[in-house]
Amino acid sequence: MSKVRVLAGTKKGAFILTSDGNRHRWSVSGPHFAGWEIYHLKGSPLDPNRIFCSQTSGWFGQIIQRSDDGGKTWHQPGLKPGEPTTTPDGTPIAESNRFVYDTVPPNGKPLTTHQWYDGTQHPWEFKRVWHLEPSLNDPDTIYAGVEDAALFRTTDGGKSWHELAALRGHPTGAKWAPGAGGMGLHTIILDPKNPGRIFIAISSAGTFRSDDGGKNWKPINHGLHSQYIADPNAEVGHCIHRIAMHRSRPNVLFMQKHWDVMRSDDAGDSWHEVSGNLPSDFGFPVDVHAHEPNTIYVVPIKSDSEHFPPEGKLRVYRSKSGGNEWEPLTKGLPQQDCYVNILREAMSVDDLDPCGIYFGTTGGQVYASADGGDSWNPIVRDLPAVLSVEAQVIP
Amino acid sequence: MIRVILPHHLRTLASVGREVQLDVPRPVTQRSVLDALEAKYPMLSGTIRDQSTKQRRALVRFFACQEDLSHEPLDAPLPEKVTSGEEPYHIIGAIAGG
Repeated sequence: MSKVRVLAGTKKGAFILTSDGNRHRWSVSGPHFAGWEIYHLKGSPLDPNRIFCSQTSGWFGQIIQRSDDGGKTWHQPGLKPGEPTTTPDGTPIAESNRFVYDTVPPNGKPLTTHQWYDGTQHPWEFKRVWHLEPSLNDPDTIYAGVEDAALFRTTDGGKSWHELAALRGHPTGAKWAPGAGGMGLHTIILDPKNPGRIFIAISSAGTFRSDDGGKNWKPINHGLHSQYIADPNAEVGHCIHRIAMHRSRPNVLFMQKHWDVMRSDDAGDSWHEVSGNLPSDFGFPVDVHAHEPNTIYVVPIKSDSEHFPPEGKLRVYRSKSGGNEWEPLTKGLPQQDCYVNILREAMSVDDLDPCGIYFGTTGGQVYASADGGDSWNPIVRDLPAVLSVEAQVIP
Repeated sequence: MIRVILPHHLRTLASVGREVQLDVPRPVTQRSVLDALEAKYPMLSGTIRDQSTKQRRALVRFFACQEDLSHEPLDAPLPEKVTSGEEPYHIIGAIAGG
């Protein structure tokens, strides 16, 4: 029987939750990298035991960790235990921590400025990796979305990282601004049917698409309407929280925006609202059922100033019609006095049948549903605040 | 031999104990100590100083001989007690939060 592994990144370390395919009994390992913020862990779809991890700290900066045995042991890429730590000429090998904006012609872009909180211009400064997206085709290629917003890529399994600078150098860059949590590139979606196509989203710049592997980028925000910016229909400046796609239908995208749940049927060229009967259309994550491309999930949050579920009731909402018509999923979830948040990276699905859904909370719970959302159980209740959740099926 | 005391998280990262010892050619400065530390433990690159600018990270502090050297010139010679190994050079994660 297949196994399921849930990778949980938290404010104080990483945890790995494992179960058989029934998904009833779970074992917990961790904390890995205790005391560090783990923004994201994700395994390669080609080798699920190869997991990459963003380990970060306000004190000590950014570390990339890699496991080749499903999270039992970890190393910084390029620094495997027992291997030399310098090249023959004495140069230290520590490139895996090095995220430096590419300013070198012809592919680099000058280190320009973006809009700061007070409206002035502010130079790009690397802070941390928010999201790691392993390639669908090559286990040594991984994309990294970083703050301040930029896209990096490794093609050597994480040993060295290079910026795809055309995105940061987009002519609209001076208008990009950080959200309250920073100017992070938090969503990277690789099109399984079109190897050159990449979707990314930035808070608060918007959504962009490349059709040539990252050489050129196009803002795809037409149809978004954001009251909190001077021009609600601007080309950029929208605060995107999350985008999701089903691999069988890569032209259909679902978005949880700062406010509004949106849908595109033309690869982002245009968007329309599908918030429908949600009790609040503010929220962070959105995800798609593994086998039903029109079944989607969101977790409504009361408002941008009150980051907790409406009425203190933790409800996942499911739409089986691709939006507009939503049903609350409450069985097994607290329906009173619940004031946690669910962050953008903290929801995931597995592709077993029936489909499993998982989400983590800022209160330290990770909830699992083994029946497509009909009922829920906590895998763990008392972790540090959960920043990210990724589910893997292990053959 | 220069003695360097590392904060908890950097000890874990480098798989070392509380104190590491470094051979650093004279004149011994903060910069030459940090260069030697990163050369011996490359996994610490970027954790103490920014990868690009080589500036001290904002919440890291350098102490020695009961003095805060964090704002001293990086190329100024370190006290004799540090260069002789009598006193350690401390790298500290600053207190932050409430």
